Amino acid sequence: MSSWTPDQPLIRIRDVHKAFGALVVLGGISLDVKKGEVVCIIGPSGSGKSTLLRCINALVPIDRGSIEVEGQEVNTPSLDKLALRRKVGMVFQQYNLFPHRTALQNIMMAPIHVLKRDRTEVEAHARKLMRKVRLEGKEDAYPGQLSGGQQQRIAIARSLAMNPDVMLFDEVTAALDPETVKDVLITIRELAEEHMTCVIVTHEMGFAREVADEIYFTDGGVLVEHAPPKEFFTNPRDERTRQFLNQIL
Amino acid sequence: MGARLERPRVHAVKFARQTDLPVLLPFRPGGGAPHAAWKLNAWHGALLAAALTLSVGVAQAQAGPGAPSIIATIIKWTPLLAQGFALNIAMSFLAMAIGTALGFPLGLGQVSLHAPVRSVSWLVTQIFRNAPWLVLLFYCMLLIPFEIRVGGSIVPLPGWLKSTIGLSLPVMANVSELVRGAVRSIPFGQWEASEALAFTRTQTLSMIILPQCIRRMTPPWMNLYAILTVATPLASIVGVSEAMTLTGDILSSEGRSELLVPLYLYLLLAFFLYCYPIARATVMLERRLQVH
Repeated sequence: MSSWTPDQPLIRIRDVHKAFGALVVLGGISLDVKKGEVVCIIGPSGSGKSTLLRCINALVPIDRGSIEVEGQEVNTPSLDKLALRRKVGMVFQQYNLFPHRTALQNIMMAPIHVLKRDRTEVEAHARKLMRKVRLEGKEDAYPGQLSGGQQQRIAIARSLAMNPDVMLFDEVTAALDPETVKDVLITIRELAEEHMTCVIVTHEMGFAREVADEIYFTDGGVLVEHAPPKEFFTNPRDERTRQFLNQIL
Repeated sequence: MGARLERPRVHAVKFARQTDLPVLLPFRPGGGAPHAAWKLNAWHGALLAAALTLSVGVAQAQAGPGAPSIIATIIKWTPLLAQGFALNIAMSFLAMAIGTALGFPLGLGQVSLHAPVRSVSWLVTQIFRNAPWLVLLFYCMLLIPFEIRVGGSIVPLPGWLKSTIGLSLPVMANVSELVRGAVRSIPFGQWEASEALAFTRTQTLSMIILPQCIRRMTPPWMNLYAILTVATPLASIVGVSEAMTLTGDILSSEGRSELLVPLYLYLLLAFFLYCYPIARATVMLERRLQVH
């Protein structure tokens, strides 16, 4: 641990196994995410994509294997969860904004109470993030007054407010109306262009093809294949990948 | 966008009316809840007032010659009854405060991560929630001493205080269930998002989960208060001089059997006038919270 340098993988996943009772969700997954890289994970529903993301920031403990984030092992009882989650931001399918707080307060809460940073400083940063996700003017709106796409962009800003080194996106557009999906994808693409390290679980193939540096295809809890997007979509090697792409493209 | 969503729904309803085939109708939250008809409303008050007027008339007709009129008798005793009623209200306030103060941590105990804490809290809640209120009242009256020694001085524990403690026990258990239910009703995603933002469990509870629970808990909590208030006359059975006891005392001192019905209806009306605004406020709050 701690001999990590930025040229090594930011996330290093080795032979990760996870089962819920008799149901094996992850059956030996290994992958690396380099700093500044955008990785998209695609695959049929129930193939363990969301679980894998949750394992990376220790929301779900793994049964066997190793996950390292910046050289820090996640699968250990001595894990400093606070330190890990400061480095790893996560955005959920259902946004999960805090409905009793305004958009701005949602963004400010964690930096103030978890990082114990100065309130005025945090507020200035939060307002900047509101502009970044193009929701200036909605600072005092409650989540219930915002559309799904707007809520999701606030959720992205809330996560960015912790200054994470890597962002995990868990099917962030799956619950949205088609017309608001675009705004969210634009926001994520902007992050990718700023070289934020991103791990994106998505069903938006066009988007994956556009932003990803590497695409991983999972099925039945294992990684079937991975390749840069162009190669992945034009020349998939595995039969299962071909079937999946045929179904959805 | 709203209009576009609205149209198919209108079609669906129209279609449903035209056909005798089984049709899945759009879901309306709260619509047609069977208990809604049984909530306290202004008609109940009007009925009570009418019954009181009628009973006063009947009693007046039954009154012997030369006896003071029923209305004059009721007015004469009203200050004393009001004193008794004030004790009922004081007991309800205190029992609610004690019950809430004890029930809140007990409810949190029911959602604790530690299994022993969870099961003990659950057991305590179940015992006091399912025990008859009167039994708890008797236990408190008989088991709590009539005075306690604190340091050098003796603190008396009057009957009304002991029965207030007795009434606060079922309130505690019910508040505990309210807290447990409210915490459980918050979507799991709220916990997950808080955890991902590195909030501790205590921070998550105090800043994210409980503030949302309070909103949800307020209407049933007010309802519980109304139930508690109408339960305070139970204390008359263990000899506390509250409105119910005093009504009995007044009747025996007057010795006029025709007073019985009007006087108890009078007391009933007092309870209605106190509880009705609470019931209305509860319904209004429920409606307002349903929007979110």
